[in-house]
Amino acid sequence: MKTKAFKAALPHTLPICVGFLFLGMSYGFLMRSKGFSFVYPMLMSLFIFAGSMEFVTVNLLLSAFRPLYAFFLAFMINARHLFYGISMLEKYKHTGWKKAYLIYGMCDESFTINCTVTPPPGVEKGWFLFFITLLNQLYWVAGATLGALLGYVIHFDTTGIEFVMTALFVVMFINQWEENKHHGPALTGLACSFSALLIFGAESFILPAMALIVFCLSLSKNRPNSELPSDE
Amino acid sequence: MTTMQEIITILAVIFGTMVTRFLPFILFPEGKTPPKYISWLGTVLPCAVIGFLVVYSLKDTVSSPFHGLPELISILFIALLHKWRKNTLLSIGSGTILYMYLVQAWFH
Repeated sequence: MKTKAFKAALPHTLPICVGFLFLGMSYGFLMRSKGFSFVYPMLMSLFIFAGSMEFVTVNLLLSAFRPLYAFFLAFMINARHLFYGISMLEKYKHTGWKKAYLIYGMCDESFTINCTVTPPPGVEKGWFLFFITLLNQLYWVAGATLGALLGYVIHFDTTGIEFVMTALFVVMFINQWEENKHHGPALTGLACSFSALLIFGAESFILPAMALIVFCLSLSKNRPNSELPSDE
Repeated sequence: MTTMQEIITILAVIFGTMVTRFLPFILFPEGKTPPKYISWLGTVLPCAVIGFLVVYSLKDTVSSPFHGLPELISILFIALLHKWRKNTLLSIGSGTILYMYLVQAWFH
């Protein structure tokens, strides 16, 4: 059963594997170049497991000691995870002890995959989602550690490799679009986020975008043609 | 910073991150039914959030030198390829390679 779930999960994580290995390596290499031993990116990727925040933490470690600020910054930058949690309340049910790890490892990419894919028939949901989450974290930790260890040896131009994340989100967006009759929520997400980005700028648009999304979605909730979109 | 201060900083970041991930599951535990509004939100949010993530991953391109042109080209390519072949790995992989080629050979 576990082997079946693992084999079913693996292909879904392959795009992430490439992206995380290279992105993780750039992260590990960056930390090494700032004077941190490989232990830092290895442990940070293992315990924080939130790519964008890990990059920000490098700067935090090189600045003045402000732990409360670090906490609030982490909360704000990762606030979108609150939405992931709400989205996964249903799907993560009945997964037993694995649930704690599923939540712990719920980064952008694992959320996107777990929320959009269904396990093939005969494969148990809990283990399927577990292996997707686990494999993604494995790639990330391996990449970060390797990057710090091998940073001086790698020489090919990986400029632009971080686009793999954008590519993933675009493809998942298209998949969701094809599967849903009602495109309102998807368009709302795009429009609200883009508007917030234009108004507030790249650094500060996350929270306004989230607020705007909830506001606009709620507006449509009470209209006559807004049935609950059927998914799963 | 001393090593102890570094550890505390990292712990603060871990804690901040984990609060964002666990809070919904703590507020709305499995045994109890969450309020209807939250359940409804859980059905419409996924689509909206993925739209958000697309914008989030592109947040720095708007003010970049080329105003997102290589990204736009690559995304159009991905959309067309995906509509045609419907192969996730192929779309993501070739879209990324195209983008890397564009920014390394042309847009730099």
